[in-house]
Amino acid sequence: MNYRRIASDGFWNNNVVFSQMLALCPLLAVTGTATNGLGMGIATLVVMVVSLLVVSLIRDLITPEVRIPVFILLIAATVTLVDMAMNAYTHELYQVLGLFIPLIVTNCAILGRAEAFASRQPVAKALFDGLMMGIGFTFVLVVLGAVREISGSGTLFADASLLLGDAFGFLEVTLIPDYRGFLLMILPPGAFIALGFILAAKRLIDDGIERRRERRAAAVQEGAA
Amino acid sequence: MSAPRLEGRPPQAGPHTHAPRPRLGDMALVNIALLPAALWAVYLFGWPALNLLLVTLATALLAEAASLWLAGKPVRPHLSDGSALLTGLILALSLPPWAPWWIGVVGGLFAVVVGKQIFGGLGQNIFNPAMLGRTALLVSFPLEMTAWVTPRPLFTEHAPSFVEGLRITFVGLPDLDAVTSATLLDTAKTAVDQGGTIHGATGELFAGIHAFTGLTGGSMGETSALLLALGGLFLIWRGVIGWQVPAAVLGAVALLATVFHLIDPDRYLHAGHHLLSGALVLCAFFIATDPVTSPATRLGRILFGVGVGVLVWVIRTFGGYPDGNAFAILLMNALVPLIDHYVRPRIYGRDRRGAPLDTGKEGGR
Repeated sequence: MNYRRIASDGFWNNNVVFSQMLALCPLLAVTGTATNGLGMGIATLVVMVVSLLVVSLIRDLITPEVRIPVFILLIAATVTLVDMAMNAYTHELYQVLGLFIPLIVTNCAILGRAEAFASRQPVAKALFDGLMMGIGFTFVLVVLGAVREISGSGTLFADASLLLGDAFGFLEVTLIPDYRGFLLMILPPGAFIALGFILAAKRLIDDGIERRRERRAAAVQEGAA
Repeated sequence: MSAPRLEGRPPQAGPHTHAPRPRLGDMALVNIALLPAALWAVYLFGWPALNLLLVTLATALLAEAASLWLAGKPVRPHLSDGSALLTGLILALSLPPWAPWWIGVVGGLFAVVVGKQIFGGLGQNIFNPAMLGRTALLVSFPLEMTAWVTPRPLFTEHAPSFVEGLRITFVGLPDLDAVTSATLLDTAKTAVDQGGTIHGATGELFAGIHAFTGLTGGSMGETSALLLALGGLFLIWRGVIGWQVPAAVLGAVALLATVFHLIDPDRYLHAGHHLLSGALVLCAFFIATDPVTSPATRLGRILFGVGVGVLVWVIRTFGGYPDGNAFAILLMNALVPLIDHYVRPRIYGRDRRGAPLDTGKEGGR
């Protein structure tokens, strides 16, 4: 497992959502806008990195029989910290995301990475894996949030200053002025529909990459012959 | 060794011999059966209705063609089976006649792409595409989807001219309230909500005969129960649809409405009002009978129809939306796999439990 592989796996090939299809409930629930997606993604990213780091640190101390409760406890403790921090520093966004921040505890992607990766890898790699998986998850949340926000209400990164501070107010764009709004995309069914189309797009891109690789391999073979 | 080859003409009898398909498929017949109601709607609501109808049909066909092309399937044979046309037609008939053009485009796209082609095309979809399109529109654009204009028949004094029609469809109405009116179900619901009785509200304004011939406000196709019913009976006569589903839907609604009307005539609409609303007739004959999204067996279809009827009545009477056909259809569509699981056809040569039939000559006994 080299770092290059960990990075490409976390971000694309073994992406939490695209490939593992985990963590779908926060994904579908909070991605009404790109900003909400970004906030949720960053919160999950922090929890992921910290808990994977701790799990990897104590991986030789815990016996296999009790590992799941221990992982959950560690994750829960991290989530509580993130929860309090968000309440203190990004209070408005915290109110929007509401219950979904505490529910990061039950995010199966984090427990999944703790079990499958961090509990059997050295600290540096576990840390890096958590980072890349978190970035991959955040990426999907932002893309899905953006798709739903643009089609649903015609804006992008609305209320970004609530999350990132007033300096990032320039991110808030109204793409379609006087848009009537397509309510379905903001409602939960829109999340399923948009996610389906995004997954299809990912498959298409993978297909394209695969085909190009084959063509190159064929060209190399011809060159050798 | 090569496989044996058939010499000369193939055998004419055998388990796999089938009749060549008739020139006009079932889908085409359904389209034809809907045509009178569609033409009547165009006459009643004028050029804007025609514009919307054409936009919706074109969108449905284009979306179908594009999806087929993307999926690498042959476009022409699939497109000419008439199913996309039918989806577009039913969808258009369920829209308010003066709705803006993008309602037809969004609805048509949603119905064909998300409702049907995503699942793999004709025969694979779980939910009725047209009803899915209509529901998506109703949930997203409640204002546009409940703007019922009063009928202004073509070539009469108040009818919009061709140019005005184009403006209504493609630019939008300047003043929606001036031309719209409540439908029968709307009026009844509002009256009950405000503590009144439905008598005053429905009395003279909506004589049943108006709903029957179509001279009331409403969706494009729900205005004439008579033409829709005739189209439906034509389909039953030609054997395209069975009588079970329409009978079950209409019967369930009629029974529930009658019972509750007898209990409290001030609160519950007379069964006649329910049955004469064209939306229910359209739903019973043309939408609930969709072979793809209804159960496979006769008993299953009766159960399905009763479920649709009960839900329509419940949503109309107690729900937040004025009419519940689309929701009823979608909810029952979701139950179809369950119905098909429990209500199975008898296997040929076996009884209902699956044991071989006793023919009396088995094993020489």
